[in-house]
Amino acid sequence: MADEPLVLGIETSCDETGVGVVRGHTLLADALASSVEEHARFGGVVPEVASRAHLEAIVPTMNRALTEAGVTLADVDAIAVTSGPGLAGALLVGVAAAKGYAVAADKPVYGVNHLAAHVAVDTLEHGPLPEPAIALLVSGGHSSLLLVDDLAQGVTPLGATIDDAAGEAFDKVARLLGLPFPGGPYIDREAHAGDPAAIAFPRGLTAAKDLAAHRYDFSFSGLKTAVARWVERRQRAGEPIPVADVAASFQEAVCDVLIGKALDACRSSGVQTLVIGGGVAANSRLRAMAEQRAAKYDIRVRTPRPKLCTDNGAMVAALGSHLVAAGVAPSRLDLPADSAMPLTTVSVTGEE
Amino acid sequence: MGPGPVAGRLGWFTVLVLVVDSSTPAVIAALVQVTAAGVEVRAQRCAVDARAHGELLAPQVDAVLAEVGVRPSALGAIVAGLGPGPFTGLRVGLVTAATMGQALGVPTYGVCSLDAVGFPAAAGEPVLAAIDARRREIYWAVYDGAGQRIVGPEVSAPSVAAARARDLAVVAAVGDGAHRYAATLELPVGDEPRYPMPVALAQLAAERIAAGAPGEPLTPLYLRRPDAVVAAGRKSVLP
Ligand SMILES: [Zn+2]
Repeated sequence: MADEPLVLGIETSCDETGVGVVRGHTLLADALASSVEEHARFGGVVPEVASRAHLEAIVPTMNRALTEAGVTLADVDAIAVTSGPGLAGALLVGVAAAKGYAVAADKPVYGVNHLAAHVAVDTLEHGPLPEPAIALLVSGGHSSLLLVDDLAQGVTPLGATIDDAAGEAFDKVARLLGLPFPGGPYIDREAHAGDPAAIAFPRGLTAAKDLAAHRYDFSFSGLKTAVARWVERRQRAGEPIPVADVAASFQEAVCDVLIGKALDACRSSGVQTLVIGGGVAANSRLRAMAEQRAAKYDIRVRTPRPKLCTDNGAMVAALGSHLVAAGVAPSRLDLPADSAMPLTTVSVTGEE
Repeated sequence: MGPGPVAGRLGWFTVLVLVVDSSTPAVIAALVQVTAAGVEVRAQRCAVDARAHGELLAPQVDAVLAEVGVRPSALGAIVAGLGPGPFTGLRVGLVTAATMGQALGVPTYGVCSLDAVGFPAAAGEPVLAAIDARRREIYWAVYDGAGQRIVGPEVSAPSVAAARARDLAVVAAVGDGAHRYAATLELPVGDEPRYPMPVALAQLAAERIAAGAPGEPLTPLYLRRPDAVVAAGRKSVLP
């Protein structure tokens, strides 16, 4: 429909420079430049390296997105940008870029929450989100469970990791097994050939005493250490490491906890929709397990295709489009980059 | 600054130019008019706050355009200070200039930000321009009596710059780094300029603007590598 908002989305909160173009719930372009290879030898994302890469990539990535969508800056109704949470210096490049485009083309700018954007991206695949919904967001930088009452106005955080993010655990275990960074896809691949029940790795914060205080929180640090101990004992004994079995058993432990808690949240709040987003949502076992277990409770699982799960500009544009349609006020030009933006803030509105 | 080839041929021209610099604690936006007669500042904003480049710059750009009463589409070029300067703040000005240039389809030109401190301070004798680089270092360069950079830009301890300045018979120092480390530099410190001057940034690009030279990618003068340590071997978890 031509009267649906045409929105540009800019994402630079970590190591991906993303520019997306969305009209209503329709994805028109999703251009991406990644600095992931520059970080590989450091075993994790180096903030300054990421920020430098964003500055170099933003103009060409915008060009590609506009060309792919067949629109010009003059055509768009609004520019949305991730203004937090994320790496401070990296966010700042995207926020300043969004303002540059907004001032030059005389367009409103919306500073939006990265996590809410991970939820919103699913509307590009499955249409408007039934509310309320439960969202499970899992990536290298975040692991959160939220109740989405109203995606335009606010979400309620239910729980989050108390130590490592789920994706971080994948990276660390991959390194331990001699697999490349980022570890998620490699663990997933290895696990296909392994036995998920081969090793009984711990499920963090699932014991009765932990559930009292941390019903919807996650902990992956103990699991990571347990894997490291198991592998080292084998190495010291001079035995070969069954990489596929370790990968499968580790992955099973992570997915078991994530899906278990997400479905518990759905059932206890009487919610019928579970949205899963973030880089770890690309994991094939997580997707399969979610479908399987949710079916038992008549809960519908919505997971966007893997390319939309990882960080990108389309998700930011999707949330921006939703905000414009809902009549939410844009941000002011003094919009800050907020590395610790709370989940309760979906977008930074210029109104007091 | 003489007129460029196009200006020489046409005899007259007027280009409205946006100037930005965020390489120092001074966040700068200015609207200048470049003509065959030289550079005239129409409006400028300068706010000194080392921690709010991202918040301050875009409203300042908006304000200088509003003050002169022109729309962004009236701009003919954009000039940005390339640094050197603290990375995070420096990028704000460069990404602002680059994105506006792209959106408006106008050329962007880069100028070494230290030149906009050293060049206007030139008075017949060599001067040192220095900007605080944190970590007890300065970004610095040396200019001859006509304002041409002859050494730098570099980043180093003030004592290193002081020794080079002595070798080059420098008679004075300018810039916020010179104020901060006056005792080490052992040079008389000029009050102004303390930060890059918008008019100087435009003057140093005026020839390119007048000639309608192709725009340049705005490559920051970081001078330092990112702090990053290559992942070391893993520590054992067993006792
Ligand atoms: Zn993310």
